[in-house]
This record gives sequence, structure tokens and C-alpha cells, in this order.
Amino acid sequence: MTATASSAATSGVADDRPYLEVDDLRVQFKTEDGIVRAVDGISFALPRGRTLGIVGESGSGKSVTSLTVMGLHNAARTRITGSIKLDGREIVGLDDEQVRRMRGRDVAMIFQDPLSALHPYYTIGKQISEAYLVHHPGRKAEARKRAIEMLDRVGIPQPKKRADQYPHEFSGGMRQRAMIAMALVNDPSLLIADEPTTALDVTVQAQILDLLEDLQREFNSAIIMITHDLGVVSQVADEVMVMYGGHAIEFGSVEQVLRSPQHPYAWGLLQSVPSLRGNAEEDLDPIPGSPPSLINLPSGCAFHPRCAYKMVGGGPCDLEVPELLPTADAGHVVACHLPENERRRVYEEEIKLGAAQ
Amino acid sequence: MARYLIRRILLAVVTMFAVSVLTFLLFFAVPTSPAYVMCGKQCDAHAIAQTEQRLGLDKPIVTQYGEFMKGIAVGRTYGTGDLAVKCDAPCLGFSFRTNEPVTDIIKRTLPVTVSVVVGALVIQLVIGVGLGMISALRRGTAFDKAAVGVSLVGASMQIYFFGPILLLIFVYSLHWLPNPAYTSPFDDPFKWFTQMILPWVTLGFLNSAIYARLSRAQMLETLSEDFVRTARAKGLPKRKVYARHALRAAITPIVTIAGLDLGGALGGAVITETVFGVNGLGRTSVNAVNDLNLPVVMGTVLLAAFFIICMNIIVDVLYSVIDPRVRLS
Repeated sequence: MTATASSAATSGVADDRPYLEVDDLRVQFKTEDGIVRAVDGISFALPRGRTLGIVGESGSGKSVTSLTVMGLHNAARTRITGSIKLDGREIVGLDDEQVRRMRGRDVAMIFQDPLSALHPYYTIGKQISEAYLVHHPGRKAEARKRAIEMLDRVGIPQPKKRADQYPHEFSGGMRQRAMIAMALVNDPSLLIADEPTTALDVTVQAQILDLLEDLQREFNSAIIMITHDLGVVSQVADEVMVMYGGHAIEFGSVEQVLRSPQHPYAWGLLQSVPSLRGNAEEDLDPIPGSPPSLINLPSGCAFHPRCAYKMVGGGPCDLEVPELLPTADAGHVVACHLPENERRRVYEEEIKLGAAQ
Repeated sequence: MARYLIRRILLAVVTMFAVSVLTFLLFFAVPTSPAYVMCGKQCDAHAIAQTEQRLGLDKPIVTQYGEFMKGIAVGRTYGTGDLAVKCDAPCLGFSFRTNEPVTDIIKRTLPVTVSVVVGALVIQLVIGVGLGMISALRRGTAFDKAAVGVSLVGASMQIYFFGPILLLIFVYSLHWLPNPAYTSPFDDPFKWFTQMILPWVTLGFLNSAIYARLSRAQMLETLSEDFVRTARAKGLPKRKVYARHALRAAITPIVTIAGLDLGGALGGAVITETVFGVNGLGRTSVNAVNDLNLPVVMGTVLLAAFFIICMNIIVDVLYSVIDPRVRLS
């Protein structure tokens, strides 16, 4: 496993000093079957007020990346190397207590399924004020006031009454709003949203994404949006990182990655999105095969066994791990052995028309 | 809630009725008449008939059952004329053997069983749940492995093996404790405690093995729940994540099982009572079955059924208090 770390990844983001800097992050779990390389050399940077979309299939390492930033991994069985800096402060290797103090205050997280992520036995108001009280001890009345304020802010009607209700008395969309209120109660500078709309129906999805954008403008927080839904990414992200098998394989602005993707895996993702305007009879074009085992990644480019454009038999795809290299577009980096003009040609001629754009 | 309770109580009455009918029928399915058992060696047909008549066993089953139920509801009078004995409601009859009113027998033996069972329950909850929770939190450590090992030993051990060993050590060899017996805690709490401690430890330790395994499994499952991760994501200290979020959810099914266990055990801890020679409800009930002592059998069986049904209702109500998602309807 060679490094795919790239300093080029950081050049895609905006001017001011990044709030979050991740450099050559590697996360490994020891299991009975072997070592799982869940994240294998990821680098990116994210300033306040910007949104990074991390896209990939299940098991591509996107959730592990975010949990590691939160310090929510199981310390006993996880080995982390590389660097994660929050506002210039290194958090890899920090002791539990220091990471705990930062958690929920500087970095907060929204989870995928708000029904299981909220405690079934406590009222919504209590759970939100608890999040406030952890970092503002002893200010009970203020916490309650703040919880109601936040519920109001995220668009929950009758927040006073709703604060005394239990999660099961909320609808899915309202629950996710409550979850967002809980995450934002301490004004975190970085918000990690792990598939926040996956469990919601489409109309509610759009509302939640709008809300997140509003709140981002208001609080000027950085957001990491983890998703496998390219529609979500195109709506909210400024930059996009595509992950596969624990590696970043493509990184660029949302325009670059969604309008002119250069990695065959990104093409596959685009082609798996059903089109509203296309031919209803036409079959979707899924990526063949399944995501690789993170214990035993394929040699060379981890995607090569599923890649329709691979160069094998003397070619480099099954032998060498491709590095994230800059393309002609500034800030757009891709890890693929195919020559760039070939990638552009294939995308223009074969992929673009079929993709749901 | 009120409607729910009324429905459950009506259902309980029906269940009790069914239990009483079944017990009655089972009793008369036994080929031997209680009169044979009672009159011993010098027995002739006449003596038996006389005894049967005295006990009311010569009447049809339906009549006997009707009189028994009437006794519970309004009381009944046994015999006629000068020999008439009045038995006030709730009348469960008189023991065939000793002529003691069954209600008196229950009053005498129930506190013994309650003492044994409740004391053991406290031990098994404290040790069992405590051990299980701690080993779940320290999964994979030496403590966890030792706890799992001990609970396996405990779960496979029998009271009639473990009890006598404790008796041998603490009563007969070391003379640290008196022979187990029952003294009312209201008369002499210290004596009550020292006499009861061995039955408690025996029953409690063996049952705690089951509770340890159960609560360990529950806690491990809860620790992997999303809401525990959320609690950690808020920045809560570990102690609060475990106590306030994980334990609260993991303890719910244990409350249910403990409640049902208690209901079952109050009907009599037969083996424990027998091993330690204390006369509780369980031992009385088993002796009554051996003696074909119908009134005592009926009384103890109905009481056991009553406890089980009551604890079921209590557990359901408690569940709705613990878990806001549960609605009683």
C-alpha cells in the first residue's frame, strides 16, 4: 500500500486559512481476519463557511474519516497516523479528555437515522439541553431556553411544546431538524453530516439541505457532507472528494467533479443515478461488482477489477497504485493511470450523454 | 391506562378461574382417594367412607368445586349442628391433615418464602446486573473473562449441591452462622438476617449468574446503538454516556425479567426451602400434593398463580413508565 497523499488536494479550497486540515490520514482497525485499512492516506483542507462533499460507496472509508475527526473511533483497536488539525491544533494523539472537550463544542455531528441516533427515553428538549450543558456546566435554565431557541431556529413549530416530546412523537424530517438543533446548540465551527438526508423522503431532504445552507451562512461553519447521493452533493458542496477503498481518487470543485469527472469510478457513480428526463425503458448502468474488502485490497488501482477502461496485461492498473495528480484544471486532482486526454475523450463521448445531468 | 388496567384485571380473574378448575380436575384425576392416605394401616371401607363424607369428598366434583368457590367469595360452614365450623371469607377450607385453616397456613408460610425470595432477588440483581454491566464495559479484559467464567459455573450449579456446601462450611465447621430458620424480622431483625443469609446467598448467587449473562448481552447490544454514539458525539464524559444513556436502555428488559422471576418465585422456592429446612409456601405446597391435601394444594396453587399474574401486570405498567414509546392500550 503506497501513499496517495497529495498536497495538491489542498490547493482546491478557498483563500482564508483552513479550519480543518487533514494530512495523510490513515486509520487501521485490528480484526480477527486481519488489518482493515479503512482510510489510507487522505488529505484535505476546509475553511469556515465552505462545504466539502465526501462521496463513495459503503465501505469506502468516508464515515470512518469523519468519525476519526470526531475522535469517536474505538481507541483500543484503532491505529491512526497522519495529522488532523482543527484551527491549527493537532488532535491526533491528543488524550481522550481533551478530545472529549472539543467534541460537540468545536466539532458536531449529524447522523444518518435520527430515530436511532436520538435516545428513545429522553425528551427532545432534554437531549438538546444536555448537549449544551456538557460544555456550559451548571447553566440549566439557560440550556433549556437555548434548546427551545434552537428548535425554533431549525423550523420546528411550537418549540416550547415540542421540546417536551419524545423522538418517537416527531416525524422523520422534524427529528432530523431536532438533531441539527442539537448539533448546532454550541455553535460548532465544523459540522459533520453523515448522510443526513438518506433516511428522509425527497421533499423533506430538500428542506433539510436548505436549512443546513441557511445555518451555514448564519454561523459561518465548515461542513463536511458525507453522502452517496450525487444530487445532495451538487446542491450543497463547494468541493467534492470521491473515495474508493479508503483512498481519495478524485478531488475538485463541485463543478469539476460532477460536470467533468475524470475517474472511471466517478463516471460509474454518475451513471448509476436515475434520470428524470431520460428514457424510462432504459436500464440503469450500475458499476459491476462490489466494493473491495478493506483487509485485502486489489493490487494496483483498487478499482481496476471493476473498471471498464483498465489497462492490464503489462499495463500499470493492476500493478501500481495511481497517485492523485493535478489535471489541466487547477484544483482538480485525479488518481487514474489513463492519460488525461483519453479520460476527457471517454467522458465527452461515452459518459456525458448517458449520465443524468 | 384505566381501561387497560380494568381489562387486564378482568383477564386475570378469568385466568385464576381457569387455574382453579384445572387444579381441581387434576386433583381428582389421581386414582387414590385422600381418605386412603389419611387413615393409615388399619383401614376398612367404612372408615374410608366416613372420612370421605367428613371431608365432603363423597359429593360430585361440580358441587365440591362450587362450595369451594363459594367459600372464597362469601365463606362457608363445614358440618352441621353442634359440629358446625364456620369459615369466614376468603375461606380456602381446612387442611385435611391438621384441620388448620388454609388461610392460617398461608399466613404462616408466606412470610418465609417472601423473605427468602426477596433477599435473594436483591443479591442477584446487585451482583448479577453489576457484574454483567461491568464486564460489558470491560469487554475482552481479564475481568470480563473471569465474570463470564464464574457466571457459567453459577448457571450450571444446583442449589442442592451449593447449599449444603455452604451449610457445611459456615454452619457446621466454622459455626459462624446459625442453622437457617425463620424468625420474623419484626421480632428480631438480626436473627432473621443471620438465619436467612445462607438461603439468600445460595439462591441469589446461582440466579445472579443468569442475570450477569443477560445484562452483559443487553449492555453490549446497547453500547453499539446509535444513540450511545450520539451521546459521545455531544462530548459527554464516559461515565455519563454509560450511566445515563446506555444503562437506562439496557436495564429495561432486565426489569421485566426480574419482575416475572419474582412473581414465579413468590409461589414457592421449593428447592431452597427444602435444602435449608425452612417451611415456606413451596415446601408446604409440595407436601400437600404428596398428602393429597386438596385444600392446601388449591390455596397454594391459586396464590402462586395470583403472584405471577400480578407481577405480569405490574411489569407491563412499569414498562410503560420506563419506556415512553410503550402505550398501554
